[in-house]
Amino acid sequence: MNNAALRVVLLDSGGANLGSVQAAFARLGMAAPVSSDPAVISNATHLVLPGVGAAGAAMARLRGNGLDRLIPATTQPLLGICIGMQLLFESSEEGDTTCLGLLPGRVRKLPASPGVRVPHMGWNQLRTRRPAPLVAGLDGENVYFVHSYAAPVDENTLCECTQGEPFAAVVSRGRVSGAQFHPERSSLAGARLLTNFLGIAV
Amino acid sequence: MLTRRIIPCLDVRDGQVVKGVRFRDHVVVGAIEQLALRYRDEGADELVFYDIGASPEGRGVDTAWVERVARLIDIPFCVAGGIRSVEQARRVLGAGADKISVNTPALERPALVAELAEAFGVQCVVVGVDSLREADGEWRVRRNAGDPARSEALATRTLDWIQDAQRLGAGEIVINCMGSDGVRGGYDIAQLRAARAICAVPLVASGGAGESAHFAAAFREADVDAALAASVFHEGILPIPRLKADLRAQGIEVR
Repeated sequence: MNNAALRVVLLDSGGANLGSVQAAFARLGMAAPVSSDPAVISNATHLVLPGVGAAGAAMARLRGNGLDRLIPATTQPLLGICIGMQLLFESSEEGDTTCLGLLPGRVRKLPASPGVRVPHMGWNQLRTRRPAPLVAGLDGENVYFVHSYAAPVDENTLCECTQGEPFAAVVSRGRVSGAQFHPERSSLAGARLLTNFLGIAV
Repeated sequence: MLTRRIIPCLDVRDGQVVKGVRFRDHVVVGAIEQLALRYRDEGADELVFYDIGASPEGRGVDTAWVERVARLIDIPFCVAGGIRSVEQARRVLGAGADKISVNTPALERPALVAELAEAFGVQCVVVGVDSLREADGEWRVRRNAGDPARSEALATRTLDWIQDAQRLGAGEIVINCMGSDGVRGGYDIAQLRAARAICAVPLVASGGAGESAHFAAAFREADVDAALAASVFHEGILPIPRLKADLRAQGIEVR
C-alpha cells in the first residue's frame, strides 16, 4: 500500500491530545481527520483511538457520540494510544469503568512505593516480549509515558515496560493494538511505531 | 528503567524567549520555535514554557505559539503562566500542550488544582512553587515571582504547600529555588531533599544549574525525577549532549 492510499481517521474520544496525534501524522505527511461519523470511519484504512484524562470521561464521550458501539463493529487496523489503549480492555479500575472489551483483562492502578512515583511520567525503556511488525526496531528504545493506570502483561503484550512492576506497553491481538506510551511525543521511536502501524517505510 | 529528565525552561514574553537573573533584568534569547527545535534536536526530554508576563499582567496564555510548538516538536511540553480556570487550561491543552503548570493562581485559589485534576487527570497538572529561604530558616512560597514589582512573600511554608498541592491533585511538582536561580551556583540540594521526602509524585528541580555536577547532585542526593535549567542551555555553556554523556558516565540513567 502506498502512502497516498492510506486514510487515517482519529476516533473522537475528546482527549486533549487529539491535536498532537494529528500533528504526528502530519509530520509523516498524512492528514488524519478527527471523526465520529460512521461514513468517514468506514472509509478509513486505519483507525486511531487517542486519549488522555480519565477512563470514565473518555468512555462517556464514546457513549455520547455512538463510538462505543461503532468501534467494536469496525474491521480496520485499530491503534489505541494511552487512555485509548486502556479503553480497548474489558474494564478499568479507574472509576470502575466498563470499557470496549476488544481485549481481555482489566486495567489497574500502578502501585506507588518508595522510589516508584505515580503518575509514571517520563522516558522509559521498551522490552520486546513478542516480536511483531508493529514493534520492529523498538526493542530497548526509550519512549514517553504519562499515566497512573496500566494493563497487566499477558499473552497479547508485544512490549513491556517497568515502573515498580512490569506492565503492558504495546499490545496487539488481531487487528486491535495499543500503545500505553505517547508515540506523538516519543520522538523518532514514536514515529517508528506509527509508521509500523501504517505499514509504510520511513 | 525510568530515565531522569533534562528540561530546558523557556521563559516567554511578547512572543519571544527571554532570560532573567533572579527573575529580573530579562533579555531576549531567541524565537520560540527556533529554540524549541534546537533543544529537541539536542536531546531535551521535555520543554517547559513559562509565559512570565501572563500572571502578573492578569491575562491568559496566548495559544497561537502553543499550537505552533505542538505541531513542530515530537517531545512533550508543559505550558505555565496565567492559567486561572479549567476553561483557560482547556484552551492551552487543546492547542497541544501536554501539561499545564499553575503557580500563583493555585496559591490564591487552591481548589483550582482539584478542578484541573478532575477535568484533565492528575498527569496533566503540574504545580510550580517559587520558594525562598527566609531569615528564620524556613522556606516560604512567593507569588507573582515573575514580576519583581508585584512579587510577594506569603506566610505559607513551602513544604506545607507541596503537601496540599499533592492532596488536591498535582501530578508533578516543580520547585523553583529562587535563592539559587540564574546564578549557576548549583541547585539548592537541602531544599530539594526536604521536598523529596514529602513528595510522592514526580519532582522537578529548578534554579541554579551551572554545570553537569549540579545536575548529578540533584539526581543523586535529592532523588529528583527531572532537572530544569535555562541559562546554561540558552548561553551554550552546557550543551545537552555533553550533559547527558557526563550523567551517563556517572551511572545516572538518561535517555
